[in-house]
Amino acid sequence: MDTATTTSAPPPRAPQQTGTTRGKPRPGDRIFLGMSRGAGIFLLVIMAAIAGFLTYRAGIAISKDDANFLTTSEWNPAGDPPVFGIAVLAFGTVVSSVIAMVIAVPVAIGIALFISHYAPRRIATPLAYVVDLLAAVPSIIYGLWGAIFLVPYLDGLNSWLNEYLGWTYIFEKTGEGVARNLFTVGILLAIMILPIITNVTREVFLQVPKMHEEAALALGATRWEVIRMSVLPFGRSGIISASMLGLGRALGETMAVAVVLSPSFVISGHLLDPGGGTFAQNIAAKFNEADEFGRDALIASGLVLFVITLVVNGAARAIIARRKEYSGANA
Amino acid sequence: MAKRIDVSGLTAYYGSHKAIDDISMTVEPRSVTAFIGPSGCGKSTFLRTLNRMHEVTPGGRVEGKVLLDDENLYAKDVDPVAVRRTVGMVFQRPNPFPTMSIFDNVAAGLRLNGTYKKNQLAEIVERSLRGANLWNEVKDRLNKPGSGLSGGQQQRLCIARAIAVEPDVLLMDEPCSALDPISTLAIEDLIGELKERFTIVIVTHNMQQAARVSDRTAFFNLSAVGQPGKLIEIDDTERIFANPSVQATEDYISGRFG
Amino acid sequence: MSQLVQDKRPVATVRSGPLSHARLPRWAPAAIAAGSIAAGCGIGLAAGWQSRVQWGMIAALVFVLATYVITTKVENSRQAKDRVATSLVWVCFVLAVVPLFSLAWVTITKGLEVVDGYFLGHSMNGVLDAEPGGGIYHALLGTIEQVLIAAVIAAPVGLLTAIYLVEYGRGKLAKAVTFFVDVMTGIPSIVAGLFVLATWNLMLGFGPSGFAGGLALAILMMPVVVRSTEEMLKLVPNELREASLALGVPKWRTILKVVLPTAIGGITTGVMLAVARVTGETAPVLLLVFGTKLINPNPFEGAQSSLPLYVYEQYAVGTDASIARAWGAALVLIAFVMILNLVARGIARWKAPKTGK
Repeated sequence: MDTATTTSAPPPRAPQQTGTTRGKPRPGDRIFLGMSRGAGIFLLVIMAAIAGFLTYRAGIAISKDDANFLTTSEWNPAGDPPVFGIAVLAFGTVVSSVIAMVIAVPVAIGIALFISHYAPRRIATPLAYVVDLLAAVPSIIYGLWGAIFLVPYLDGLNSWLNEYLGWTYIFEKTGEGVARNLFTVGILLAIMILPIITNVTREVFLQVPKMHEEAALALGATRWEVIRMSVLPFGRSGIISASMLGLGRALGETMAVAVVLSPSFVISGHLLDPGGGTFAQNIAAKFNEADEFGRDALIASGLVLFVITLVVNGAARAIIARRKEYSGANA
Repeated sequence: MAKRIDVSGLTAYYGSHKAIDDISMTVEPRSVTAFIGPSGCGKSTFLRTLNRMHEVTPGGRVEGKVLLDDENLYAKDVDPVAVRRTVGMVFQRPNPFPTMSIFDNVAAGLRLNGTYKKNQLAEIVERSLRGANLWNEVKDRLNKPGSGLSGGQQQRLCIARAIAVEPDVLLMDEPCSALDPISTLAIEDLIGELKERFTIVIVTHNMQQAARVSDRTAFFNLSAVGQPGKLIEIDDTERIFANPSVQATEDYISGRFG
Repeated sequence: MSQLVQDKRPVATVRSGPLSHARLPRWAPAAIAAGSIAAGCGIGLAAGWQSRVQWGMIAALVFVLATYVITTKVENSRQAKDRVATSLVWVCFVLAVVPLFSLAWVTITKGLEVVDGYFLGHSMNGVLDAEPGGGIYHALLGTIEQVLIAAVIAAPVGLLTAIYLVEYGRGKLAKAVTFFVDVMTGIPSIVAGLFVLATWNLMLGFGPSGFAGGLALAILMMPVVVRSTEEMLKLVPNELREASLALGVPKWRTILKVVLPTAIGGITTGVMLAVARVTGETAPVLLLVFGTKLINPNPFEGAQSSLPLYVYEQYAVGTDASIARAWGAALVLIAFVMILNLVARGIARWKAPKTGK
């Protein structure tokens, strides 16, 4: 009982409790604090459990893996001996996410600027609302649309790119086949993360103090120069963290990739050739046919994805936190 | 370089609300003209029409003429960007670009308008900072961010930034209202020096300040809240404070209202 | 600029002469846009490209280039840069709107062909993949049950955590919770699915069920609920709390009777948006709920279906009839999510906390 009171005694925040009823907080307060603190601890426990259990199951799988888990580009956990590695998945995840970012970040900045600084207000307000709603469209629907509508449209673009940019190697198409490749996946991911990045970026742009923009205007800056001198520098860290959030989403996206990609366990720099895979897509695709050990192997690959997204999100949070300090210093 | 401003029949709106009504006046070159009047009388709005900043506010629009020497700022093919380049402005709260160094802040306007050699740029920046009486305080830390300076220094930095591009007119919108008395004094001294080279228009809430720094004073008033502001009278500062021709001006100056 | 170099004392700039210079008429951007679209279509037709994507790209390229060239000629290079920036921003806008509009249009038109009372009221029991008919009743039921389970678990935990962070939270524990809530927001849904799989199914030996899916969805929901509730609680003015405490009301009753009622609108909105978000999650459901053609009203026993999973399955089957069903289910899913969103936002607007103007 003693220990319970010492641990649950509220920090000096609530003086009226210790002030009037010395020592003993009211039972109602103790229970309520206990419950809310318990909920917080519960969340921490879940996070720890996720990391712990995934690592444990992954450990079972990796210890029996006959090949190097990180560098092998084969997935055969049912074989004898089991051989599987994440090289292809890591490659595909990174490549498709990079394509998505290259397309989505500039376009998202453009739309955010359009909403915050260019569009007439009667367009901007509903547009911002629609972009908000689009961020809520389930990914499976993007996948369905991508597979049935986007892929045929991109076939033409693919052969065009192959024809004119084939010399760049990455746009060389070495075989026939529809556009169910990493390039298409990248474009689809870009479309999916566009609303998220746009939303966060727009918020930041709208926060730019009016007086900084007026300072630039009064010097005789054009609208673009105002944006370059005051809006973009102010919003830079916001843009970065928004992009990281989008990246986190692109890295972990499962269904849209699973639906669009025609997977194969090959690492190929020819982005227009069908094939490749991503962590999440591979889990969804291989799950049904996998036995218990196969599932452990998939969990091992999921653990890698978990760590990657952790790092990306952590970086985004760190940047946001630094921005807060920075803007506080200038307030 | 300093130019005369001739305003005739100027009316400004916020959306459908008329903020100032039918103002006509002349501002002499190489002089300081102060705008005084109670809050909401439209003096800041009027100031912002003189470099076409008013229309930046959503819903802001202007009717009438503003002649800078002989050129109408509101003529059809006049570029507002060029106007703002010629008519500089200093704001109520010091607003140096937070991400730029002191040097870059002063050079910002120059870099917009052309390319300069490094030493030319340095020379102009130094001249502008000297002109703003700030050089001795910042010459050792030109590469530090401008937001690290004190409020009064920041405001002088903004003045240096405005005069670096050699405008014809310098508009100041209550430039001392966010500053302590000592910084205010420094700015007032500076205004006295700057009027040798520029036409200066200053909005102020502080009548002593208007009396100290200005050659001519314009009094603005509004008949009721929600009504547009009007120019009541403009005259030599001494006349306005000693012997105004309108009763309302005398009431305001003697502190009977406002 | 040559004058500049000759002058002994550098003069700020060459004095700009008149304030006016030649400017493009107001209709110029629209004219250039129209011309570019014509050029894009013309070139596309001439080259015989099937894909409209290329037409659009050519038009966008022509638009930006033409804007630059014409403005540089007529106005000056600064104006040209400004106009190019404007045109690029517009191109971005169009670039984004076209696919998103197409997505909405396709889903609605294709979906409406299938969705009717029968579709909503029947399962896939006994329906062959290739034949039309069947419906989504079982999936709809599964989705609602799983999402409810998730909400029942996640909402109280999220709410209490947020209360802890805002009303009590000081020190290391609160900091850790804040940080990990942030991290948790970024967990890919499939990882949450794998976690429940590793514990509930592999470790504890349970089979697939709606409940397992609900658990994974709850994990995804919690951080969202915490975040939004936290924001709302922070909006409640401190004066309110102090007023209540000054009357001698204990802290817990102050929170229950004063703070929560003030913020309840925003909290509801947050929970509903979180529900909307997890409703569309497919990956964890795929791993944990498994999918079935039959109506299984018991979420604790046996495989269930769910709307997003149904869309995936029907697409994967790949017959005309099944893809039509996939679109139908997609439309119902999107409508479900959008209605939740709109209602949530409506509540937020209706019961916005009065923070004293």
